[in-house]
Amino acid sequence: MIDNLHLWYIPLLPFIGFLINGIFGKRLPKWLVTMVALLAPLGAFCLVLVAAAFAFFPANSRDALGPDPYRALSSLPFTETCPLPWINIPALHVDFSFVLDQLSLVMLLVVTGVGFLIHVYSVGYMGDDKGYARYFSYLNLFLFFMSVLVLAGNALLMFVGWEGVGLASYLLIGFYFNKKSAADAGKKAFIVNRIGDVGFLIAMFLLVANFGTLTFTEIATKLGMDPGWNGGVVTVIALCLMLGAAGKSAQLPLYIWLPDAMEGPTPVSALIHAATMVTAGVYMVARTHALFDHSPFALSVVAIVGAATALFAATIALVQNDIKRVLAYSTISQLGYMFLGCGVAAYSAAIFHLMTHAFFKALLFLAAGAVIHSLGGEQDLRKMGGLWKKLPLTFAVTTAGVLAIVGIWPFAGFFSKDAILYAAYLQGPNGRVVCYVGMFTALLTSFYMFRLWCLAFLGKSRSEDSHLHGSPWSMRVPLVLLALLSICGGWIGIERANGWINMERFSGFLAPVIGMRVAVGGSGDVELTLSVLAVVLALLGGVSAVLLYGGASAYPARLAGFFSGGYRLLINKYYVDELYGATLVKPLLGFSKYILGWVVDVGILGGIAWLLGGIAMLAGAILQRWQSGNLRSYAAWLAAGAAVVLISLLVPWTTVWPASIAFVWKVSGH
Amino acid sequence: MNSFLMQEVPLSWYLLLSAALFSLGVVGFLIKRNLITVFMSIELMLNGVNLSFVTFAHQWHAVKGQIFVFFVMLVAAAEAAVGLAIIIAIFRARATLAVDRIDLMKL
Repeated sequence: MIDNLHLWYIPLLPFIGFLINGIFGKRLPKWLVTMVALLAPLGAFCLVLVAAAFAFFPANSRDALGPDPYRALSSLPFTETCPLPWINIPALHVDFSFVLDQLSLVMLLVVTGVGFLIHVYSVGYMGDDKGYARYFSYLNLFLFFMSVLVLAGNALLMFVGWEGVGLASYLLIGFYFNKKSAADAGKKAFIVNRIGDVGFLIAMFLLVANFGTLTFTEIATKLGMDPGWNGGVVTVIALCLMLGAAGKSAQLPLYIWLPDAMEGPTPVSALIHAATMVTAGVYMVARTHALFDHSPFALSVVAIVGAATALFAATIALVQNDIKRVLAYSTISQLGYMFLGCGVAAYSAAIFHLMTHAFFKALLFLAAGAVIHSLGGEQDLRKMGGLWKKLPLTFAVTTAGVLAIVGIWPFAGFFSKDAILYAAYLQGPNGRVVCYVGMFTALLTSFYMFRLWCLAFLGKSRSEDSHLHGSPWSMRVPLVLLALLSICGGWIGIERANGWINMERFSGFLAPVIGMRVAVGGSGDVELTLSVLAVVLALLGGVSAVLLYGGASAYPARLAGFFSGGYRLLINKYYVDELYGATLVKPLLGFSKYILGWVVDVGILGGIAWLLGGIAMLAGAILQRWQSGNLRSYAAWLAAGAAVVLISLLVPWTTVWPASIAFVWKVSGH
Repeated sequence: MNSFLMQEVPLSWYLLLSAALFSLGVVGFLIKRNLITVFMSIELMLNGVNLSFVTFAHQWHAVKGQIFVFFVMLVAAAEAAVGLAIIIAIFRARATLAVDRIDLMKL
């Protein structure tokens, strides 16, 4: 009889790996470092699989397993609480509690599964690096915090994981800390994330003040008990949470750190800045969906921010020349899709897209890493080309990834993107606008992904270095596995019901956690039309990109010349970094330097210090005359002191001191 | 016998003499330059104090004060032996006994 899933071991294993490699990594032989680094996430993944198996097939209901497999999940959610409370004061009780439900199970499978594959890939990719052990210790640390974030049963524990993955992200972005751009990018990511964290923190304070608890289920229960609790403080809490999510998940206006985060090693970009950490915001919104459900205003803000980010980032991605930057803006755009899904209350669709995106974006990043690795560190698309013959496997898996992200049937992205757009379409006239924005973004997505694909793999080689480094097996196996997931990952959403194939299986699976929404006015015809439209748009974008970039055509340059203003705007990323620099960073630096640095630090604090020092020095200058070194003067002072003591004993002090003060007064000429 | 001589010397006189001796010692210690004179001034201070000890011992018929005087004299004798030895050593080394010149410890 299994009565305990030992969820604690899931984060614990990577943490042990982090400790071993972090403390002893430099002295251990490389194979041992590799073993520790790989076994930790593999063990965690196996534990998650055990938990999943337990969840899907609980012992008592295995016989009753009917045609509806997810109905057997009645044993979830599963909660594990540390017997010692974390915070136990009258106003607030917080436990160390981990919750395994359908939502965290999906996230854990993605985090540990994709995480393990990327660990394997990193063995090949980082093989020659001096910081091999340091790299893996950070990567294990990330897995530890990410699983804490996912499993957390209350907002405070989630915040611990939230900050921890931020730390791991900072460490890995700045992994090549000798490079100034990498160190700066790490700082930028950390600081921008702090702005979002302020929102998260304020939301937690408001939750404590208004609900008296931080546990997700209790908040949902309290909200459910009072159906009239709409808007007001709930909107404020939801918007603050959204600010936190926007920071972590790189949404407008806090997305600026993610493109710079590409300074880190490529597997890090794949794991942290594409597949898992940046999706934490989406997960958090889905986890606290009860609050968003009670605030239509906050929901529409989420939808608008998501749609705007999706479109905005996709336009920038159209013209970028760095392969990783294209993928970074693509990630921002896809995260926008997920927020769009959350914003129309289609949380399960958003989580579905989160999962498929983790597969194909990790694949695309790893494939890009393989290309970069083969070309000896070259990231510029203009210097690639013609790689399909030299790197056939990378070419094949990238093709799968591209088809998945642009949403060609039957690849993974098709199903999840379609679910989001369909849910948005059914959400009234505003939802329809958002849906059309998503459609247009799908066109742009297809265009820039096929542009990347053509520039990197088709045409003639534009590389100066004709020598290509091959990829080891440790890099190829994860690529193939992720390619398979990118192809098949969407199929888990298909189910056959009432003689008609629909895509409700995934949302049905998540329904116990985030509720099932009955779509109003939805029908198979609408869904089919939207799907066909999305695929046609994707094909349109893809074909035009292939026509433009497939051969050595002069059209792209001419187009850029024709729309030179727009082109310059896009290639400079709408000058957002410059705008923030001029409006926020420069005034802040100026304030710090002149007001805080000169006036407060040098003027006030330094002045006080100098004043105190001056008083001490002046007193010293006066008192040092006593310390003449002349023995007789010491003796004279001794005698004088003794005389004073004697006199004050003989004469009552109440008469002596006023008398002597009067004496001094008189002597001094008054 | 003259009644004047028969009269007992009042206590205050002894004490005044003691204070005068002590003050002379202090002043001598402070203003004299010769190390031996300084040394003698210290002895003068000690004996001034001794005088007040015996005075009070006599007055209160307490033998403790007189015992204490013996201790002081003993210590003074020992101190004189050590002090004079040091003075001779200093004179041999520096060929001077002026306290102002013995200033090696001064900054």
